[in-house]
Amino acid sequence: MSTEPDEGESFPRMRREKETVREQQQEGVGIGWDGQTLREQFEALEEETEETGHYAGFEKLELKQNNPIEYEQMFAQLRGDLVNARETSKEVAATPIVEQEGELCYGLFTPEGDSIAVSTGIIVHIHTMSEAIKYMINHDYEESPGIEPGDIFVNNDTHVGDVHACDIMTLIPIFHEGELVAWAGGVNHVIDTGAIGPGSMNVSQASRFGDGAYYTARKVGEDLKLYNSWKKDYPDKTRTPDFLKLDERTRMTGCLMIRDAVKDIIDEYGVEQFKQLSREAIEDGRRGFRNRIKKTMLPGTYRGASFVDALYEGQDNLTRAYADENHLMHAPSELHVREDGSFQVSFEGANKWGWHPYNCTPAAIQGGIWVMLTQTVIPNSNVNDGAYYSCDFHLPVGSWANTQNTETAHAYAWHFLVSAWAPLWQHLSRGYYSRGFWEEINAGNANTSNWLQGGGIDQFDKLHAVNSFESACEGVGARYVEDGEPHAAAIWNPEGDMGDAEVWEMTEPLPFLGRAVKPNTGGAGRRAGGAGFESMRTVKDVSRWLLYEMGNGYMTSDGGLFGGYPAASGYILNAQNTDLEERFENQEDYPQHDLDPESGDFESKINGDITRRPEGISTPKEFDDYDMYLNYLRGGSGLGDPLEREPEDVVADIHDGYVLPRHAKDAYAVVVEKVDDEAKHNSAVQGEWELDEEATKELREERMQERAETAKPVTEWYEEQRDRIRTETDLIDDVKKTYESSMRMSKQFAEFYHEFWELPEDFEFTLSEKAEKSLENRFKTGLKQKWDNPTKGHETWLDVGRDDEPEVPYTWTAGRTIQDLPTPDASFNDMTAEPATDDD
Amino acid sequence: MPESYPREHIEDLVDDNLEWNQLHDMMSDFKDADRFQQVRDVLQERVDWDDPIIIPYADHLYVVAKPDNRWVIKCDCGHEFCEHDQNWKMDALINVRDSEEDYLEIYPEDMHPHPDYMELREFFCPGCNTLLEVTNVMPGYPLIHEFEPDIETFYSEWIEEPIPTAEPESA
Repeated sequence: MSTEPDEGESFPRMRREKETVREQQQEGVGIGWDGQTLREQFEALEEETEETGHYAGFEKLELKQNNPIEYEQMFAQLRGDLVNARETSKEVAATPIVEQEGELCYGLFTPEGDSIAVSTGIIVHIHTMSEAIKYMINHDYEESPGIEPGDIFVNNDTHVGDVHACDIMTLIPIFHEGELVAWAGGVNHVIDTGAIGPGSMNVSQASRFGDGAYYTARKVGEDLKLYNSWKKDYPDKTRTPDFLKLDERTRMTGCLMIRDAVKDIIDEYGVEQFKQLSREAIEDGRRGFRNRIKKTMLPGTYRGASFVDALYEGQDNLTRAYADENHLMHAPSELHVREDGSFQVSFEGANKWGWHPYNCTPAAIQGGIWVMLTQTVIPNSNVNDGAYYSCDFHLPVGSWANTQNTETAHAYAWHFLVSAWAPLWQHLSRGYYSRGFWEEINAGNANTSNWLQGGGIDQFDKLHAVNSFESACEGVGARYVEDGEPHAAAIWNPEGDMGDAEVWEMTEPLPFLGRAVKPNTGGAGRRAGGAGFESMRTVKDVSRWLLYEMGNGYMTSDGGLFGGYPAASGYILNAQNTDLEERFENQEDYPQHDLDPESGDFESKINGDITRRPEGISTPKEFDDYDMYLNYLRGGSGLGDPLEREPEDVVADIHDGYVLPRHAKDAYAVVVEKVDDEAKHNSAVQGEWELDEEATKELREERMQERAETAKPVTEWYEEQRDRIRTETDLIDDVKKTYESSMRMSKQFAEFYHEFWELPEDFEFTLSEKAEKSLENRFKTGLKQKWDNPTKGHETWLDVGRDDEPEVPYTWTAGRTIQDLPTPDASFNDMTAEPATDDD
Repeated sequence: MPESYPREHIEDLVDDNLEWNQLHDMMSDFKDADRFQQVRDVLQERVDWDDPIIIPYADHLYVVAKPDNRWVIKCDCGHEFCEHDQNWKMDALINVRDSEEDYLEIYPEDMHPHPDYMELREFFCPGCNTLLEVTNVMPGYPLIHEFEPDIETFYSEWIEEPIPTAEPESA
């Protein structure tokens, strides 16, 4: 750590830096390098990058080539310092979200906001913090409110650079001799930001105004001290002020540790070498990404689509009458892997945003894709914004993926994000399959739900909010070479952990009645998707307590791969006005699980008002002592034909609690026989089961024959479906509204849809008056953009009008081939001039 | 950091004979440079037909070279679907799960999609009835053509090898 001489005042070095900067400012000298303003430096960087095809014009990696050991030492030291900052600072936090689940991360950024290195943790924010820094530069923060040594900035505005309001980021500039040399940034997920309902991600609001407090790249302190105005501001905007205060100290602790680490590096190696490293590391990361892609995938076009439901029709406590409608997310996902190994990711065809809190901004989508890429494509390379410079994103303006409308709500952007990512795993996996890297293949991720959330007056008679982060732990998709890991991780936090029940009980007045693996949550397949789990909670010593659910219900967003089935979707189970207290007193049985929803076991052990519904989302509703709530966490999707699964593995699945015995036969054509009623495995399924090998063999043969008899040629099915669509037979309004929304958003998707089904040119789905009004209402709302001063890289998000030809064509039409794709102009076109020295 | 794994190791990968620790090592290590060629060669030995494999396309499916310079998608059972840049699903057998009853064969009650909102399309090989893909989409959704590989670029620029060709058909 840097040691600053004790001169009887705090941070004397920072104060000297500040004096230097102020003297320079009086002489008209900017805080950028060589006297540039930060904005000038940013624009020059973009120009150099575009002109040369290399980040910041770094065609050669001189430091890496001339002194590779020192280069690696410096980068490793920085990364280690970032991880150290995370591991140390999280002990400052009080919420289990941060302390147990590790929902925080740190980044080190160039003056222009490109990430040089990132810690472990919620690395989705590798790029969201970048966007916030770029926003400050683009909006001339250097002039006002000023960027000086010791300043502290806070952001949680999704339209500036974030995913949702509950991810609060702290950014501090790091100066050296009057120049801004880097930014330190940290993000953590806070438990409540004062949304219209309690919890970090309320679901009942129709617009941003119910999302909770937004702090838009705000300067909240100087001289490394928080302004009194800030200290008196945010605590009253949350139900959990003490948690938020400690969360802020957590982020400040980490940022200051990073600041010290940078100063140490500069002291050791000199500022010029630090600058050189920061540029080279990003260019190195850019090349590494392409090299990795060229080594592990195939060029070409990969396509998929995912969907998720958000059913609001008839929900209580909606803030606006016009929000009383159902929404479906349509996410067409196209990945073009170009000849140079760069990525072009397109969501052309996505439908319109909605009056719900699941909308996304570019920063959210980019961050989301980042967290996936760092776990798949570049797990052992320089993880930084180099990869960002190898990817172009096409996110249609006005769609749920890029609303460009500051009225939209974003509190639980993850519901759509996580669902929209699902095909991207499969794109990568198809490439890995073709190249033979089968150990990397993964069928997908789980829809990370449910999120037990709510709040009210807690067991200490204090206003409180809760957010069970058990959802940081779900089943993951099946791999090609192994089953998916059960109850193991969440896509957005690769170090996911469900947290200790006892720790959650210390902060939440929601005692656990049971916690167990949830059978049949993972998708069936030759390799089974990892199972999710469930926790049965009750409520104790509360008043005016609200709880709600969120997740998929009528749709499953996670597709299977290569014949594997999608993971299960969710449902809601609550019980209110129960006799649980009497059962405790009388030492009678009470429900600890709902492992098989068809068994009637839950209903047989409790009296009360039981709600069991196949939907996934509910708005806040009142709960009282001894009411019950099922927190059901989803599983991952399956891979391969289930009839190819080893029958003995299915028996093991039964004993491990992953598969209900009846589904051994239905889903896997495996015949099992119960041989012992009493035996107990690591499972909620009572008994011992044995495989009937002969019967299984016969059944599988029968099943193969049945397939041939019941399945029909696709050409025949196509004719039927085309007629069905033309006559709109058995298509509900919610589905038709979704198609119409996508077709009105994208003439390319409309053409494709018409062509595929051979529909008349003027074909439109007939919508109900309500659906038509809803679409019209949103399409007429227009754009309310946040960025009014973008630099080149950010024009991408703003200038794609719906009547213009988008930058990325819709390529699903049968007549188009990969060869017709345009060359990229938003990304670098040339091949890598020199390969990185390792294979990544 | 192996530039290349022994042939036996790749055979074990293809034959599903590797232990978890071996697989884990392969995941953690740098990627071997000749994996594609090794896996393709092993797969070629495992199939019962002689058409040269150009790329493994998906589980059970390959793009193979035919004598008349055609590249077709072929199942390991020998069934041939279509040209490599066409959607093989158009030539498959399909079964659609779009009722509560259908869903309950795979999922417990309440844990499956609602048939009005989502259907499961199961695609089988007409040659061997293997289930090759399951897609979950809204009713009325077009067939998704998941993968259009750019084979020419891959061979000429990424691995710098000639694209396998089939022996001309004898007269």
